[in-house]
Amino acid sequence: MRIALFATCLGDAMFPDVSRATVAVLERLGHTVVFPAGQTCCGQMHVNSGYLDEAAPLVRHHVETFEDALETCDAVVASSGSCVGSVRHQHAMVARAKGTSELAQRAEHVAARTYELSEFLVDVLGVTDVGAYYPHRVTYHPTCHSLRMLHVGDKPVRLLRAVRGLDLIELPAADSCCGFGGTFSVKNPDVSTAMLADKMSNVVATRAEVCTAGDPSCLMHIGGGLSRLRAGVRTVHLAEILAATEDAATEDVS
Amino acid sequence: MTSTFLGLPKPVTYAPEGVGNLRGDESFPHAARSALKNAQLRRNVGIATATIREKRTAVVAEVDDWEQLRDAGAAIKADVMARLPELLEQLEAAVTARGGVVHWARDATEANRIIVDLVLETGALEVVKVKSMVTQEIGLNEALEAAGIAPIETDLAELIVQLGHDKPSHILVPAIHRNRSEIREIFMREMPDVPADLTDDPRRLAMAARAHLRKKFLSAKVGISGANFAIAETGTLAVVESEGNGRMCLTLPDTLITVMGIEKLLPTWRDLEVFLQLLPRSSTGERMNPYTSMWTAVTPGDGPQAFHLVLLDNGRTAALSDEIGRAALHCIRCSACLNVCPIYERTGGNAYGSVYPGPIGAILSPQLTGMNGHGDPNSSLPFASTLCGACYSVCPVKIDIPSILVHLRARAVDHVRAQPAPNAELVSMKAVAWAMRKPRRFARAERFMRLGRLLGLRPGSRGRITALPWPGSAWTTSRDLPVPPKETFREWWLRERGALGSSEGDLPA
Repeated sequence: MRIALFATCLGDAMFPDVSRATVAVLERLGHTVVFPAGQTCCGQMHVNSGYLDEAAPLVRHHVETFEDALETCDAVVASSGSCVGSVRHQHAMVARAKGTSELAQRAEHVAARTYELSEFLVDVLGVTDVGAYYPHRVTYHPTCHSLRMLHVGDKPVRLLRAVRGLDLIELPAADSCCGFGGTFSVKNPDVSTAMLADKMSNVVATRAEVCTAGDPSCLMHIGGGLSRLRAGVRTVHLAEILAATEDAATEDVS
Repeated sequence: MTSTFLGLPKPVTYAPEGVGNLRGDESFPHAARSALKNAQLRRNVGIATATIREKRTAVVAEVDDWEQLRDAGAAIKADVMARLPELLEQLEAAVTARGGVVHWARDATEANRIIVDLVLETGALEVVKVKSMVTQEIGLNEALEAAGIAPIETDLAELIVQLGHDKPSHILVPAIHRNRSEIREIFMREMPDVPADLTDDPRRLAMAARAHLRKKFLSAKVGISGANFAIAETGTLAVVESEGNGRMCLTLPDTLITVMGIEKLLPTWRDLEVFLQLLPRSSTGERMNPYTSMWTAVTPGDGPQAFHLVLLDNGRTAALSDEIGRAALHCIRCSACLNVCPIYERTGGNAYGSVYPGPIGAILSPQLTGMNGHGDPNSSLPFASTLCGACYSVCPVKIDIPSILVHLRARAVDHVRAQPAPNAELVSMKAVAWAMRKPRRFARAERFMRLGRLLGLRPGSRGRITALPWPGSAWTTSRDLPVPPKETFREWWLRERGALGSSEGDLPA
């Protein structure tokens, strides 16, 4: 398959290893990955913060960029549950709210072929064993948007169970939000921190070395708290674990 | 969401300021900060919500057609909203035909005046009350007291709140923020006939309340209730409850006054079958609640011989005029969304300021009162959520609370936009959006961000950003931030693969 990578703005600017790992996994499975260089941001932060006027041109830009890419590609893949959630559940709504139903239809077309990595691997490619090797104790935090917006269910867990050497520990109260919520984390810093504190105690209680998830933004939040506490638990994106092999263990991003 | 033509646009009328309890004194982030400091409250609410959550999950799992029931609940409520004027008139006709009197109240002030006058006409100086959200919403107790009438709350938790001179913090369990030793202290201090040897044993506490209330039930001439449902077809009203106090209030007094929001309607008797399955399991986590009382105006020789129904708007028509926001009116007050909300679990209900707390309160209160910009606490409510979606997943009538929150955020931002004074957040959001509109600009912004690497060089920072000036300090007070990488993904791709696969779009400058 020919896959257009949607790196997401945060992933591109702050977590390049996540997209590199995504490329590595997809290529290892024999697929071609292209990076549509016109891409910038899906506009999720603007939509979720109420700035629909500002989000509308970003939505248009995203739709135009990936519509072009889909001329030659079979699918768009991103390693962020919330960005895929925004593309799938918000883009058409923003377009409609700003009065362009023609753009909304095009947005729906792009959204229908946009996948979060674990969905793409399990549902589209039909793969759970991607040939990864990662000899660590790992706990998995299902991010809210991947769980309740995309309904990825146990797909990430099935992928992790197939990783050789990986010891998967169940996270208590896993489906509870980590408190990030985009601008919520700075608009309501006290509540956000209280939620993070509970998430971190649960992570630490698993005695895992690594906490993983399918969204760089939630990992940035959990990782930022664990680092502040010097808790000794690293955060590593699901894509990086799936990309790791005996030959080339990817560098951990903590 | 269905959109319905509701006639020509008219100026919307919100719930009036200064009467009732739909708006607190401070914004959610400020109120939440104080609430979070109360460790006892966090523990009480945390334990209680976890218990109800588990019960709900277990009893919902027993119902094979739960999802179809939710769909049916959502469809019936959408139908009610689409035909509200017609159904309300049908209800009025049915109640009147059976000997009841229907009163229409535009807002809290009118409703309170109608009810106070009705009670004064009977000459009663005391009324017994069934637990009711709507009477809390309009501040009926305060209005009755001002007229020299004593309202007696007969629901145990509501009684605890009333005796404690407190505010309800949960739709179903208004005293959820209190534990049993706090309740004992309140009874010892405030209950006139309290046994001197009262302990904090839950049974003893309940028996003390029972003895206190029994005298009130037997002497009261007037009962006041809300309603869970009203059937337009038959004029029947329904109250579901657990303690039996409601049954007492609805049957013993000579006069019964029921207040209901105009959205509480169901078209037909048959529709109850859906809601009597959805409500108890979502609410208390029970298969069926112990007491379901239904009455149709006056039955000669049996129960209250005078019945008044007060139909309340108080901002509901304003909510109805918002095509996206109106689904908030589908709410059946089960409180499942409160019990699963990670925000509510940590702050409790009083931080929301309104009698409607939690996720449903965050979309309902601002629509009933309107949002008046930065100084208005209710303008902060749509932002009191991470949009985690737990509320939507449990709502028995499938209200898409996260989407309505986002919609109301946009309304709040549009209010800011309309102000002449510049707003720092609006300016920075515009700047970010401008940079993101073109890949070249974005790549340039990424290179500029790389200066942030210097922040990771500070002594003790271990290659992370540990302190930022405001507004970044809101993050770094409790969380580190990674320094930007040496190379962005698009730079890596261009360096490694530039010639191979990225011919689409323009390349970073």
